[in-house]
Amino acid sequence: MSSIAEKRSVGAVLWEYLTTVDHKKIAHLYLFGGGFFFLLGGIEALLIRIQLLKPQFGFMSEETFNEMFTMHGTTMIFLAAMPLLFALMNAVVPLQIGARDVAFPFLNSLGFWLFFFGGVFLNLAWIFGDAPDAGWTSYASLSLFSEGHGIDYYTLGLQISGFGTLISGINFLVTIINMRAPGMTFMRMPMLTWTTFIASSLILFAFPPLTASIFFLMFDRLFTTNFFDVTAGGNTIIWEHFFWIFGHPEVYILILPSFGIFSEIISTFSRKRLFGYSSMVFATILIGFLGFMVWAHHMFTTGLGNVANAIFAVATMAIAVPTGIKIFNWLLTMWGGSIKITVPMLYALGFIPSFVIGGVTGVMQGIAPLDYQLHDTYFIVAHFHYVIVGGVVFALLAGAHFYWPKMFGTMLSERLGYITFVLFFIGFHLTFFIQHFLGLWGMPRRVATFLSGQGLDMGNFISSIGAFMMGIAIVIMLVNIVITTVKNQKVGNDPWEDGRTMEWALESPPVYYNFKQTPFVRGIDTYWIEKMEGNKGLTPAEPLDDIHMPNNTIMPVIISLGLFIAAFGMMYNPMNQVGDGKPWAIPVLIIGLCITFGTMLIRSIKDDHGYHIPKEELMNDKHKGGIAS
Amino acid sequence: MENNSVHRTSVEYRRKKSAKEMRNQFLTFILMIFFTVISFVSVAYNDLFPSNFVAPFILLLAGIQVIFQLYYFMHASHKGHEMPMFFMYSGVFAAFLTILAFLTIVWW
Ligand code: HEM
Ligand SMILES: [Cu+2]
Repeated sequence: MSSIAEKRSVGAVLWEYLTTVDHKKIAHLYLFGGGFFFLLGGIEALLIRIQLLKPQFGFMSEETFNEMFTMHGTTMIFLAAMPLLFALMNAVVPLQIGARDVAFPFLNSLGFWLFFFGGVFLNLAWIFGDAPDAGWTSYASLSLFSEGHGIDYYTLGLQISGFGTLISGINFLVTIINMRAPGMTFMRMPMLTWTTFIASSLILFAFPPLTASIFFLMFDRLFTTNFFDVTAGGNTIIWEHFFWIFGHPEVYILILPSFGIFSEIISTFSRKRLFGYSSMVFATILIGFLGFMVWAHHMFTTGLGNVANAIFAVATMAIAVPTGIKIFNWLLTMWGGSIKITVPMLYALGFIPSFVIGGVTGVMQGIAPLDYQLHDTYFIVAHFHYVIVGGVVFALLAGAHFYWPKMFGTMLSERLGYITFVLFFIGFHLTFFIQHFLGLWGMPRRVATFLSGQGLDMGNFISSIGAFMMGIAIVIMLVNIVITTVKNQKVGNDPWEDGRTMEWALESPPVYYNFKQTPFVRGIDTYWIEKMEGNKGLTPAEPLDDIHMPNNTIMPVIISLGLFIAAFGMMYNPMNQVGDGKPWAIPVLIIGLCITFGTMLIRSIKDDHGYHIPKEELMNDKHKGGIAS
Repeated sequence: MENNSVHRTSVEYRRKKSAKEMRNQFLTFILMIFFTVISFVSVAYNDLFPSNFVAPFILLLAGIQVIFQLYYFMHASHKGHEMPMFFMYSGVFAAFLTILAFLTIVWW
């Protein structure tokens, strides 16, 4: 198997990735796709910080500046942070629950390709002229009046990638409910699996409102409907509500899996069971639940009235309680543990104080009267970067180091990892800490420049320097990845030596069917239990038998490509608001939809039963698949 | 022998159970058609019924039909359906909050 794999041509590898339905390969795709957009969003961030390096700097025009921060935010949230989390979730969750794949491998691939084509469509806006410029929130009162097709790239691109996210979320829900190995009860699931489960249910409930409101905006701009047009009887505030009904759960979709990653890392390197496991689970569920009742804290200044503001303020502050439970559990996991400092653990240690700062400013913003001061200032920017960068991005970097051996079979250099961490950590605080004060000193959010002599020069300068440090840190990490890949030093099953959950009982990377025999789970930290009893592998729950595997297929790519083509037809249809309709638009729209739905039809009527790996072949396979023999 | 009789009773039990279920399904089906007819009637005779009665009335009937659909035709009460039902109710809850908020603070 592996000797053949090494000799395959580039074309064959490419084809393998285009058609794969294997969750481990899809994890690679998400990592590369999300990583690419992360770099893109990072470059946009640096350009923003260059423009704000000094007062009245003419590095870019105001219009470009608006496009820049809009694309930065949209890319980072939808195309970088979420897909990168999906990468780690895909790589790890099926292994943690003892499954051979996700419940719907085909949909897993479809989810990725929809995300990818949606992201590419959105970014084509840069090449074809007008990028969206109404902020990542794209409030209808602004976006309906945006000239050119920028906002249409936003609506169509996010619609396509949003379908992909919804599909992936549902897939993880079904996987975690149905595919757990014997003995893996809900209350034995590792924290990353738990948080993935809750985040997926948030996706299930939060994405439909986004889909609906994006459809409204799309139709307002492209087919002259009037959902948000006040002069024609619409209501522009509805967009804001819908957006934040999606938007607040969205921040928990990002942060909960990050909490999961840190829970794994902290308990692994404290070499101790996670403290207060059941309260962790409870807190995760509670955060997910409360996350749907606080959206209007983004709209305190809209004029909802005092009663509404008060209700949402109290609900917002209530979320601090389960979050606090988690922080204390992490601290108590480390307390009395025999802590080993590694790169992932350093990120975890850096995460706790950074995230607490972000949480405290969040509660401050939750105080409605105070938010009248803070709203739309740099204070807000500082807050959400403290939670998103200090929480989510730290988790992604930590998770990348932690799970790299499981995903690629090699270990990233620890030394370069430390350098990345130190530069990134210092750069992060340099950039964003001062922004709290910039906000309090009166600098509004989303402005293209500022005047000198208002006390804002130094703060902005410091902030930009910090941003460059983070940029350098990421470059060093890329160098690290290249060096590691070129060296190609393979590692064993449990390269951190302290692995607790089932993925560390498997090869790095696991063989394509993951488990030769479905494992039997006897408690939390399954692999740790086996190790403590002196076992080399997992206890099997079934005799060796044929394994049923799904076939590879190119259809997900074609389905997604169809929507991508159809999106151009939508955008240039003759009724569009910009008024540059093209005669080819409607045919292109129809062709695109025919490709998509035709492929779906073929998939539905042509049965694909997959194939079996015969028992004899498994017996001779040198891969152990988690079972000691 | 022993085994066989156990088997037989379980088959009988199941047959009785599904007969009962069948009867229930039939009954609810009739009821659903009836509900649909009276909602049409209430709209058709709009001079008899004021519209601020008709709208909530139809919504109520629709709600009952959803419950019939879930419990009698999609077997929501059967074993193994707890998780889907849990998610259905969570969805209903999220939607309810949204509608409540819109009724109270958007279209005030
Ligand atoms: C945990 C992860 C979190 C993320 C990723 C996050 C992200 C964000 C983002 C992106 C915004 C900017 C909204 C805008 O465009 O105006 C924001 C605003 C806000 N956040 Fe968070 N947040 C998180 C946690 C919290 C917490 C724990 C609280 C409170 C306890 C909170 C309270 C707020 C409030 C009140 C605002 C609105 C401020 C305003 O618009 O005036 N957030 N957050
Ligand atoms: Cu929020």
